[in-house]
Amino acid sequence: MFNCQNALSEKARSLKPSGIRKFFDMLTGREGVISLTVGQPDFATPWHIRDAGIDSIADGHTFYTSNRGTPELRREISDYMSRRFGLSYCPEEEVLVTVGASEAIDLAIRALIDEDDEVIIPVPSFVCYSPLVEMCKGRVILCETTPEDGFKLTPEKLKAVISEKTKLIILPYPSNPTGAILERDELSALCEVISSTNAVVLSDEIYAELTYGKAHTSIATLPGMKERTIVINGFSKAYAMTGWRLGFSCAPEELTEAMFKIHQYAIMCAPTVSQYAATEALRNGDSDIEMMKEEYDRRRKFLTRALSDIGLPCRTPEGAFYVFMKLSDYGLSSEEFCERLLEEYNVAIVPGTAFGDCGEGYARLSYAYSLDHLKEAVKRIEKFVRSLS
Amino acid sequence: MEPILKLLSENCLYSTKDMAAMLDMTEEEIEEKISAYKNDGILLGCQAIIDYDKTDVNHITAFIELKVNPQPDRGFDRIAENIYRYPEVMSLYLMSSSGYDLLVTVEGATMKEIAYFVARKLAPIEGVVSTSTHFVLKKYKSKGIIHSSHTVDERENCN
Repeated sequence: MFNCQNALSEKARSLKPSGIRKFFDMLTGREGVISLTVGQPDFATPWHIRDAGIDSIADGHTFYTSNRGTPELRREISDYMSRRFGLSYCPEEEVLVTVGASEAIDLAIRALIDEDDEVIIPVPSFVCYSPLVEMCKGRVILCETTPEDGFKLTPEKLKAVISEKTKLIILPYPSNPTGAILERDELSALCEVISSTNAVVLSDEIYAELTYGKAHTSIATLPGMKERTIVINGFSKAYAMTGWRLGFSCAPEELTEAMFKIHQYAIMCAPTVSQYAATEALRNGDSDIEMMKEEYDRRRKFLTRALSDIGLPCRTPEGAFYVFMKLSDYGLSSEEFCERLLEEYNVAIVPGTAFGDCGEGYARLSYAYSLDHLKEAVKRIEKFVRSLS
Repeated sequence: MEPILKLLSENCLYSTKDMAAMLDMTEEEIEEKISAYKNDGILLGCQAIIDYDKTDVNHITAFIELKVNPQPDRGFDRIAENIYRYPEVMSLYLMSSSGYDLLVTVEGATMKEIAYFVARKLAPIEGVVSTSTHFVLKKYKSKGIIHSSHTVDERENCN
């Protein structure tokens, strides 16, 4: 009898299932769960953007586009990067439209990493970086950030792990799951460390539009950094377009060219309808971002205060839409806390360990939910923590 | 817009505590501000938006266009006062239209009730030249709220 297991590559076999997935699977089929787990906006895509997608189908734009993305969209991305972040990229040679920011991350890692190349990944962070590096047989060098540092990568921490073998440094800020951001002076201090090496920076800026009170600074705007940085962004979080699967990278021509080759063979081009919709988003969507950001900001303030009021003080996140809540005072591991909260009070939050071992003692709460939903969740969490003490 | 007014205009059910948390203020500060808005005549009231189709209450809305002759000394204001004093009148606007002058929203239990109100109360008011009544057949959206919007969270957990 044919054995599928034997047919699998060593790479696929050795790939560990995502820790976050395991927890999500526990929610399947459960009734009445108040979930704070979802990592995507609760807004539907704004109507004018949806209409642009619908119109593109009605007008018969149903063919492949240029592998790199439509020229119009790449021009709009170039204008957007200049308008919003003060960065200048050539739309013809330095911009690549991808299937979500996730594809761009995959392309960047595959374009850069050979066997034993070292990749520095600050943790806790988004779950995809390490497996993608491992699939290229690169060496994952985790750099643990701490609450004392505000979960930010510091120059001291970076110095301790950076070496001549460092090929790539991933900067996932604003951070999922911690909500930490890196400000210009903090980036500048990191640049001093990076500039003496040959490392490339992958700056995952998917939450760049969701910072509160402080504008996002891209590391590529710092002197000498643009030529060694791949900036990755997308439409999912800023324009509430997760299902459209559209992202992009901006990088020097040689790096873009290498990513483009892989993209060309693997994907061909990003979905045409999504590209038309995204063009409209960039042309007329700045006010949508502001509207959604204002709403997230209210919820952010509400949730941090509400948690503090029930004896769970947490760092006020400065970006993204997550609160990283400390729960180490209850004598339970993160997983135990989250599992019991789910079992006993039907509230789902994600254990911090899903984002790296150093997330132990924390849990991620998404506030991409209505206020009523957040209130109910906090009410149940309060009952749970009271039952523990 | 002032943040407190914006919140209240979106949802009049927000408590002082909720608003204080969302705006990073104290409850006392919120209460003081609301009190000042009321005293200054800025905050006139807060009303719920009810989808009567989902209740067993009979509820009809009509928009009535009124053509009127403004009075020499007080223009449209005197006629407006004579109209808005009726509790059936939910809103009254002076319009820029060339076809009519005042737009009245009237609510009642039945179409007949509203028809009587127009015929017996509105039409006879001095200065009213003509009325044109439009009954609402279905409400899709009112005051920014979509009536039939479904609220099932379709989002999947994908990392």
